[in-house]
Amino acid sequence: MRWGVAAGGAIGVALVPLVVLSAPTVVTAQTAEMEQGKRLYESQCGSCHGPLGNGGRGANLAQPRLRRASDDQALFNIIRRGIPGTEMPGSPLTPRQVSSIAAYVKTLGRVEPEDIPGDGRRGEAVFAALDCARCHTLGGRGGIVGPGLDDIGARRSAAHLREALLDPEASVPSGFLQLRVVTKDGRALTGFRVNEDAFSIQFRDLSGRLHSFWKYELDVLEQQWQRSPMGSYAARLTSEQTDDLVAYLVSLKGAQ
Amino acid sequence: MKTLVLMLVLAAPAAAQVPYARILDAASEPGNWLTYSGSYGAQRYSTLAQINRDNVDRLQPAWIYQIRSLQKFEVSPLVVDGVMYITEPPSDATALDLRTGRPIWRYRRALPEGIVTCCGQVNRGVALLDDQVFLGTVDAHLVALDARTGRVRWDIEVADYAMGHAVTVAPLALQDKIIVGIAGGEYGIRGFLDAYDPTTGERLWRFWTVPGPGEPGHDTWSGDSWERGGAPTWVTGAYDPELDLLYWGTGNPGPDFIGEVRRGDNLYSESLIALDPDTGTLQWYFQFLPHDVHDYDSTQVPVLLDAELGGEPRQLVLFPNRNGFYYVLDRVTGEFLVGQPFARQTWALGLDADGRPIENPETIPSTDGALVYPDDDGAANWYSPSYSPQTNLIYQNVREKGGIYYRADATYEPGKIYMGASRRGVTGEDPKGFLRALHPLTGDLVWEVEVHSPPWAGLMSTAGGLVFSGTMEGDFFAADALTGDVLWRFQTGGPVYANPITYLSEGRQFIAIAAGSALLTFALPE
Ligand code: HEC
Ligand code: HEC
Repeated sequence: MRWGVAAGGAIGVALVPLVVLSAPTVVTAQTAEMEQGKRLYESQCGSCHGPLGNGGRGANLAQPRLRRASDDQALFNIIRRGIPGTEMPGSPLTPRQVSSIAAYVKTLGRVEPEDIPGDGRRGEAVFAALDCARCHTLGGRGGIVGPGLDDIGARRSAAHLREALLDPEASVPSGFLQLRVVTKDGRALTGFRVNEDAFSIQFRDLSGRLHSFWKYELDVLEQQWQRSPMGSYAARLTSEQTDDLVAYLVSLKGAQ
Repeated sequence: MKTLVLMLVLAAPAAAQVPYARILDAASEPGNWLTYSGSYGAQRYSTLAQINRDNVDRLQPAWIYQIRSLQKFEVSPLVVDGVMYITEPPSDATALDLRTGRPIWRYRRALPEGIVTCCGQVNRGVALLDDQVFLGTVDAHLVALDARTGRVRWDIEVADYAMGHAVTVAPLALQDKIIVGIAGGEYGIRGFLDAYDPTTGERLWRFWTVPGPGEPGHDTWSGDSWERGGAPTWVTGAYDPELDLLYWGTGNPGPDFIGEVRRGDNLYSESLIALDPDTGTLQWYFQFLPHDVHDYDSTQVPVLLDAELGGEPRQLVLFPNRNGFYYVLDRVTGEFLVGQPFARQTWALGLDADGRPIENPETIPSTDGALVYPDDDGAANWYSPSYSPQTNLIYQNVREKGGIYYRADATYEPGKIYMGASRRGVTGEDPKGFLRALHPLTGDLVWEVEVHSPPWAGLMSTAGGLVFSGTMEGDFFAADALTGDVLWRFQTGGPVYANPITYLSEGRQFIAIAAGSALLTFALPE
């Protein structure tokens, strides 16, 4: 799969001279901007969006139409200010630098769409059969122990989603922390952190119920980083079912 | 893994549920604050009395939550089962843990470019129903969130924000319905009040506050002026479950300051409307100010009260209007019963026997400038009054400030200001502000507290014999509800543009208020 995307990336770069053929005087300026954009992208964005823009922790940017960056202005604003309430940060770059990154991000969009094996329709049935909704909200319904999946296909790459199913603890989303607490009056609870400060902690147990404790009320507060209540589905899915399920998750793009 | 499985079985069922029945009976659980004004009757009165006249001087801050926006923080929080739900400007929502003040979830809305709002990108709060939180947005959407997580259940367009529509009002949850009003009276919108299905977001009805061709009242608009007639509905109304009537105030006609282009009474601008909440049909209306040219907006919170008037038990609605008159209407029929100034006003020479104002022509905006009291910020505004059954007084924050209005042109362009005057202050005037206690059946002044400048804070009274209020200089204070003696004050560090609420957390009474960029809570020392 990496190979396929690498080839796509090459196509994207090859397109640049074509675009400017009719205006040779700007070729150097545009190429320089594009190169600056590429360098900045790799240093500022690649860690989340992947070196080739096909996503990772961040959204897949290598698609013809971006969900939230639907036009040039929106793309510029998102790079500048980030997307509040998500992991997408704002950046302290100059407007020029932002423009050059934006120009480069737009070339990523010319990459051929990722070729995903598997059938999303069958994947939907697998999702239902395994009752993933017990922990995940989709279309307003379902459990709240795991992240909402309405737009997971827009936020995460296929590779990340595959890993989330086969080896969940290798790809726990940033900020997810499993906890075990025992209160001074002997109650033991397992759940995940909602918020924490020096003196208090709020967390949800695995039924979704919210708890708020002052730390002095607790005997044990055990942080279980890289642990997840979502067990691996490696043994429970055939490779075909995995492909189908990944194809289904990729198709979940949220409200347009 | 074993423990995990066990937990799933043992833990109690989750999720705060706020069924309609709980809101209906909000008075029986004063420890929570379930709807904008505390109850459908909108008295903004609490029976909690742990904090009272005798101990309020020991009130101290408990926790503070800071927001990032520098827009006016106008929220009226809701509280249920250990969680406080607030909105943050422009159109965000946050759930806070009552014990610690720490956020449980945040909803942060990505807004489009080009939003126009006359008076700040503000929001006055959420509505709760069942397991959902409802939020209006400045890009004129209504959003339903999962109350447990803040995740979006649905998100629908109420109207086109590019035309000047915005939703700043806290929605009102009724049985199987979310009522939402609209802002945009300065942009030539045509106003309406909507009801939405809480489960699907489908619109159930729309009542146009400016009647269209063929509808009664349409002939109160000359030409095609109704298309840009204004009459927005941007302040949360009240509901009488027994009469099954929904009460809502409407704003100014557009253009705000030019009357000739919209000759006639301009129904149903500047009115209190009573609707059947099932169908959205009009049951009665009372127009406070036909053909307004002062941008007064009759968008205040209607306060419902049952009392004896003229020897008869009556079902009343009290309405301290932004135009400076205090009104009492029969809420069954809309009959006008009482109208009396509660603040300095010069636009009317008086009211006739039906409550219709006799206008003072000298105050109409002119090329040379016309002086009028109050100015278009009003003698009152969106901020809430409060009625205490304990003292039988209604409390209102009052603004006394004049303005000189110069006629200007107003050409309608979608999404552009459509007002028709420029304003300047009165040279040498020192505008005044008061917290006033009025007799609820006459509007007579009983006592007042003068504050430094005209306030924008709402009020809340409690069975502890107290009224809470705030000032533009950041004071948050409690006055004796019977006498007006100020018994406690606290400097919050920022202007108060919000309504206070009260609730219980772990059995202790708290008071909450937004001020500056902070939400502050107060309690007595443990
Ligand atoms: C810390 C990780 C991270 C970094 C660094 C980061 N992003 Fe993002 N970005 C994300 C995430 C996560 C999203 C998806 C947010 C969402 O919609 O929930 C996103 C979304 C986006 C989007 C919107 C995609 C769409 O579908 O509309 C664009 C465009 C974008 N990022 C560009 C950039 C650029 C350019 C940079 C470098 C300047 C950058 N990002 C740096 C995590 C990151
Ligand atoms: C016991 C509850 C539980 C069940 C059942 C469950 N998950 Fe999860 N899931 C979680 C939790 C908690 C996380 C976050 C921590 C992690 O990444 O493992 C998660 C993470 C994920 C992610 C990654 C999300 C992201 O933002 O990176 C995906 C995708 C996912 N789950 C899909 C599924 C699918 C598909 C199923 C059914 C086959 C399923 N889950 C079943 C709890 C669950």
